Amino acid sequence: MDGGVKGLISLQDMIKEALGNNIIKIEDNKGYMDVVVPLEKLKESAIKVKQLGFDHVKSVTAVDYIQKKQFMVTYHISSYLNEELSRHVLGLSTFIDRDNPHIPSLATIWTSAEFQEREVYEFFGIIFDGHPDLRLLLLTPVVAALKPLRKDFVVKEDSINIEVDYAAYNATKWW
Amino acid sequence: MGSDNKEKKEERLNLLYGDLDTVAKMAKESLIKGKIAKMVDWATSFSLWPVHLMTSCCGCEIGAAWGPRFDNERFGSLPWVSPRQTNLIIVEGTITKKMACTLRIVWEQMPYPKFAIAMGSCALDGGIFYNSYNIVRPWQVIPIDIYIPGCPPRPEAVARSIIELQKMLKNKSLASKWILESKREDKKYIIPKEDLCGWRGERVDLTTRYD
Amino acid sequence: MEAGTISSGSGIHLPGMEIAKASKNRYEVMIGPAHPGSGHMRIFVEVDGDIMVKVDPDIGFVHRTMEKLAEGREWIQNIPLFERIAILDACNITLPYVRAVEKLLGIEAPERARYLRTLLCEINRVASHLYGMGIFGVFLGHSTLYMWGFGDREVFIDLAERLTGARLTHTYPVFGGVRRDIPDDFPEDARKATRYMRKRLNEYAKIFLNNPNIRSRLENVGVLTKNQAAELGLVGPNIRASGIRYDVRLNEPYEAYGDVDFEIPVFEEGDSLARAWARVEEVRQSLNIIDQVVTWLEKHPRENFMHEKFWKTAPKLYKDVYEGKISYSPKYRIKLMPIFASLKVPPGKSFARVEAGRGEIVYYVESNGDIFPYRVRVVSPSFRNVIAFKYVMPGHRLMDLPAIYGSFDYFPPAFDR
Repeated sequence: MDGGVKGLISLQDMIKEALGNNIIKIEDNKGYMDVVVPLEKLKESAIKVKQLGFDHVKSVTAVDYIQKKQFMVTYHISSYLNEELSRHVLGLSTFIDRDNPHIPSLATIWTSAEFQEREVYEFFGIIFDGHPDLRLLLLTPVVAALKPLRKDFVVKEDSINIEVDYAAYNATKWW
Repeated sequence: MGSDNKEKKEERLNLLYGDLDTVAKMAKESLIKGKIAKMVDWATSFSLWPVHLMTSCCGCEIGAAWGPRFDNERFGSLPWVSPRQTNLIIVEGTITKKMACTLRIVWEQMPYPKFAIAMGSCALDGGIFYNSYNIVRPWQVIPIDIYIPGCPPRPEAVARSIIELQKMLKNKSLASKWILESKREDKKYIIPKEDLCGWRGERVDLTTRYD
Repeated sequence: MEAGTISSGSGIHLPGMEIAKASKNRYEVMIGPAHPGSGHMRIFVEVDGDIMVKVDPDIGFVHRTMEKLAEGREWIQNIPLFERIAILDACNITLPYVRAVEKLLGIEAPERARYLRTLLCEINRVASHLYGMGIFGVFLGHSTLYMWGFGDREVFIDLAERLTGARLTHTYPVFGGVRRDIPDDFPEDARKATRYMRKRLNEYAKIFLNNPNIRSRLENVGVLTKNQAAELGLVGPNIRASGIRYDVRLNEPYEAYGDVDFEIPVFEEGDSLARAWARVEEVRQSLNIIDQVVTWLEKHPRENFMHEKFWKTAPKLYKDVYEGKISYSPKYRIKLMPIFASLKVPPGKSFARVEAGRGEIVYYVESNGDIFPYRVRVVSPSFRNVIAFKYVMPGHRLMDLPAIYGSFDYFPPAFDR
């Protein structure tokens, strides 16, 4: 679609103009425009992007690259009130260190990121500095201590190796 | 012979004055004789009211099973919200660690004779989430009578399970025996391996007992 | 790490029940996971007299760890896994996963497959809205609406069963197309269903939406302004009832939505009644779409509903069944292509979004060339609506909580995943 391609090119120019030197890499992935910024410039890039008109966060994702010892945190951002921008999705990514995962929280800029950052905190153990209310959302404290979505927590796939207490099942059988 | 007559007269007098011990003994004997026991079983089997505890995706099929097309109310079962006035719990879907504590608490609040049906393949042995780190098997938390396979089982299967439970009640006279002896002989004690409620700071006893 | 429980001040601790008397004349009430209505979510409410002061949702009672399990299963095995996020809406929920992987594979579904996917998506949307209205009736104590909602839903579940073979778990869109074509007598039945439903919608308006009892409970309750909705990032008919004109089918058309004629109903008031009206109007629009799609499918010849790249690897038996040469099997019905087992997807990252019944669902898929995905991230519409509890409810009376809860159309297995 011609209008789509033109729209994307002008979106790239708009982002480059707004963020300037902060960008490490900008590329058009399949379905969203990925912008990588360094960790120190994350908050000011976010404020500049919000001033352009992007007003809500769709998803906060963290990916665990265990060989490179990094986490990648991506914010997928789009707009409701601005007609032009609502057709595009922008991905604001940054790489953080795996052994000391701290990242400034963007929940004060976008309220829609509040619950999603809590979820990333409990699954990966990444601490969001400045979050107004950082505590567990979905898991019990016992399970969250395992930091489940990291790649070194392995879930067994083969059903023979799953440990289940069959003594209890046999104790209640009536047939 | 005379003393016999005197004892019977005394008993009758006690009955007239409302002596609870004697009356209770006479009632228990008539239950054991069989006719009232059969009535108790028949009445319980046609009034199995399930607690409204929607756990997972099988809840859609429970909603449809008590809906207008597959009407399950004709068997006498009415979904009721309070656990104190119901006698059936349908464990449908996956039970996670957080929900297992709730399930146990609701089960403890129900008066006996009470029954449980496990619906769906997630309640049998984990289903499609068999290796997930956050789920438990429901038969480790409460003792279950009937299992329904399926993912999700059709509402006709849910109706069939209620009929099977009714048959089981009448053939084995579970309800009247439970009232008489105040425990179920065919089930044994279960102690689950992990502590499902400890993180909440509550003292909920997860030993499965039938008394 | 902090603990997950919240209770202010000291109080009486009874096993199973906790009403902690906090300072300053406030009481903490727990609306627990076993409550009437679509349960399994706990809400901690701090009440000052009768007015709610602070509302904190405690979710995670149905958390089945789908994102972690998806990393251990093959690409095609994840489609039934993700269906269980919202089993009512199965086609809409798995469609963005299929689209994201198709973007990585670099293929696009043929035209007939796009119309077939649209057909099932709209049938599921109608069924999902009727379920939502049924549950709303249970919350308000309007059991007629529960019975009507579930009874009329059976009509559309029957249609879906004739198309795919299953009541709720369809697994209909796969990579490259769909699994079956429509039977010969399907268009007639679909038109009968849409005619029936259009008449019924007027009855729904009479007993529910124009009912003075319900109107006094729902009008001006849970008002959500336009800026507040955009700031909180809510989705679905909840924001269309507040004046924001956003629908993924309109902003970024996918499948056959670019070619069919439909409108997006938008209301201005933003209260619970407007949200209920938005759902009813959306059902009306979906019926129009079903009619148009079925007419298109009738007129055009039955060419392939699966991409050539996968269809040419099918064994001869599949092609015979498709043409009707096998006597014991119905026509146009194939099983799953053997090539999908151990399918390797080229490395990359992709993102897809689709408008499901409850709102917009979003997938982020990352692959590194293996037969398993490296990371799949799914944000379901109900998860983005949970934040409305914290910011919309305070200020209302405690008795308004079911009215607001029901009007947002939560589905707890969706936000716990």
